[in-house]
Amino acid sequence: MLTVVILFLFFAILLYFLLGGADFGAGIIELFTSTDNKSRTRRTMYKAIGPIWEANHMWLIIAVVILFVGFPTIYSSMCTYLHIPLLIMLLGITARGTAFTFRNYDAIKDDKIQDLYNYIFVYSSFITPLFLGITAGSVISRQIDPTAGDYLNTYIYSWLNWFSVAVGFFTVALCGFLASIYLIGEAKEQFDIKRFTKKAVIMNAAAVGFGGLVFLAAEVEHVHLAYWIFGNPVSLVAVIAASVSLMLLWYLLIRGKTKIIRILAAFQVSMILLSVGYRHYPNIIMIKGGNNLSVLKDHAPMTTITDLGWGLLLGSLLILPALGYLFYSFQRKNNIV
Amino acid sequence: MNDFIAARSQMALSLGFHIIYSCIGMVMPVFMAISNYKYIKTKNPLYKHITQAWSKGVAIFFATGAVSGTMLSFELGLLWPKFMEHAGPIFGMPFSLEGVAFFIEAIALGFFLYGWDKFNKWFHWFTGVVVGVSGVVSGILVVSANSWMNSPAGFDYVNGQYQNIDPIKAMFNAAWFSEALHMTIAAFAATGFAVAGIHALMIFRKKNVNFHTKSFKIAIAFGAIAAILQPLSGDLSAKGAAKRQPAKLAAMEAHFHTEPYSALLIGGFPDTVAKKVNYGIELPGVLSFLVYDNFKTPVKGLDQIPQKDQPNVPVTHYAFQLMVAIGMFLLLIGLLYFFALWKKRAWLTKNWFLKLFIAATPLGFIAVEAGWTVTEVGRQPWIIQGVMRTSEAVTPMPGIHYSFYLFTFIYFTLSLAVVFLLSRQIKMVPELYDVN
Repeated sequence: MLTVVILFLFFAILLYFLLGGADFGAGIIELFTSTDNKSRTRRTMYKAIGPIWEANHMWLIIAVVILFVGFPTIYSSMCTYLHIPLLIMLLGITARGTAFTFRNYDAIKDDKIQDLYNYIFVYSSFITPLFLGITAGSVISRQIDPTAGDYLNTYIYSWLNWFSVAVGFFTVALCGFLASIYLIGEAKEQFDIKRFTKKAVIMNAAAVGFGGLVFLAAEVEHVHLAYWIFGNPVSLVAVIAASVSLMLLWYLLIRGKTKIIRILAAFQVSMILLSVGYRHYPNIIMIKGGNNLSVLKDHAPMTTITDLGWGLLLGSLLILPALGYLFYSFQRKNNIV
Repeated sequence: MNDFIAARSQMALSLGFHIIYSCIGMVMPVFMAISNYKYIKTKNPLYKHITQAWSKGVAIFFATGAVSGTMLSFELGLLWPKFMEHAGPIFGMPFSLEGVAFFIEAIALGFFLYGWDKFNKWFHWFTGVVVGVSGVVSGILVVSANSWMNSPAGFDYVNGQYQNIDPIKAMFNAAWFSEALHMTIAAFAATGFAVAGIHALMIFRKKNVNFHTKSFKIAIAFGAIAAILQPLSGDLSAKGAAKRQPAKLAAMEAHFHTEPYSALLIGGFPDTVAKKVNYGIELPGVLSFLVYDNFKTPVKGLDQIPQKDQPNVPVTHYAFQLMVAIGMFLLLIGLLYFFALWKKRAWLTKNWFLKLFIAATPLGFIAVEAGWTVTEVGRQPWIIQGVMRTSEAVTPMPGIHYSFYLFTFIYFTLSLAVVFLLSRQIKMVPELYDVN
């Protein structure tokens, strides 16, 4: 049952990256859209993510719940040493979710207030994945140091280091990339498809650029990222698969296959997560000095894991069909209208 | 402000706001589904408009409830890592099920809000019902997790170790039913009266009277019935507290001395130094009767509880008195409503009658906050009753007061925004809907 719970944790995190990430990305795209086209972008985006965005963010809740029920030491260590980036991420989630809802449900659409919602929405869409990425980078950066004793080393440098910050920006670029690929498939007019394609190119370039920075920063901070990824066959294959599928994606996009490419984009992000995740498995938080926290070692008693596993299995019997139908029906209905 | 007080304040603030958002977020979908049902049955477009107007309120509250809930799922660890490290595996089961219920709710809400005229009308209605049902189930599950803190079960605490963990036993601890019942009824009462009060105000101002009267009727039916039922569940909760948390009950009642014919206290100002209550009305034997069904059995007083294990008596007592007073008032005007419906229909449109309900708009939520204060402050100094002290659970990170100020700012801004949006929604009713 422990394996089931670990798989759920991995997939909840992955799905949050993909679906929640694409949501954040939509805001990032809006942030980098010229003023003239902002409302067009907004319309496409609203149609695309309106009905599903709340559900997309539920994966974070599922992941957190699995962590604190199944892996309490891991959860409490994260919350203690990465308190600050998590806090900023939370503020971002709050600002973003409410601004998105409020701008749609404000009965009077006056420009001034709408501008305020938009402003909050786009900036929090940027900040949230940035700090999500920083948090993700920090757990593998080996900078978390419970024995440090002083404030800066314990609570600040645990996340404020070149590697974590580079991972943060890399995450932002990936979110933007996911969203632009998704929006290409949602756009109805050639003009919008062109615009989103341009965004996808920029975001792709940004992701490659920041990805390079991540490797560079890893060397600066003595994180053996290159060795982790290229030093074992599974990670290596995953990275190669991601690169090949990226080429395939661009080829298909040129051929005008605007829907299928989103699967490839999702595949790439999954491969990136897999290549890093696999190498560390079962360790999930890398701690300075090597006292790492592992999902195989630092889990709750088996009775809890068993109950949690059953809860998740039964829960997904309810959630997955309903969610699938939600995605399917709005996809279909949007195309009819 | 020291870090411990800052952490407690931040948690109190977060829960204090979340409880309002989530009560409305779980009860309003029920109203919405009822009104939608009436629309499908009567084909009266007014009900469709009411459903749509309410669904916008639901969307706003769901979004704020969802984000504040997400924040809380992290705040538990950000502020109380030692607590979560030990308690997570024991009391986390209802949270994981709540995650599932909440997920279902979000999916169903997506269908309902965006599915008008796109689906079969009964399927669409059904998704609204699912929003309501999963909202209520989420609420019950979260409260059941809280009840475990009041009535820990499902583990053995041996030499500082938590052993033989059984999450299912923990979930169905002795307090879960009474607490979940009390909170669910409270949510219906508070939301019912709040929604009804706003519609009463619009009727009073002669704005779209037909629309608001129909809305008022649906909301008040739930509010009034819940208010009438609440004392029964309150009695159950108090009996439970007497058994499991005598310190809490003693603080609620400012019951300093253990003696036969224990008195029920109404009002009064507790003096914790002199260990007496000034200006209170004492009804001898009534407390004993309520707890033990006879007038004589003494109810454990604060004199039998070590000072270091006692909660803050005045705060718990005042909060309890406030909750009961409001509960009684809502019960009375709930009864008055049914009486008017039955015998005096003319009252329903009278100004004094409407004013009564307008005045009651915030009261239910004040009572909810007061009740929440009773259960949380009344449990102190424990975070897990009798097992772990709140002070042992707090994060080692210094500087929590900054985070508290930040959260205070966020929650107040968020609430102002919600009020602003709702008032605009209400203002635009004649423009948005054909209400005649």
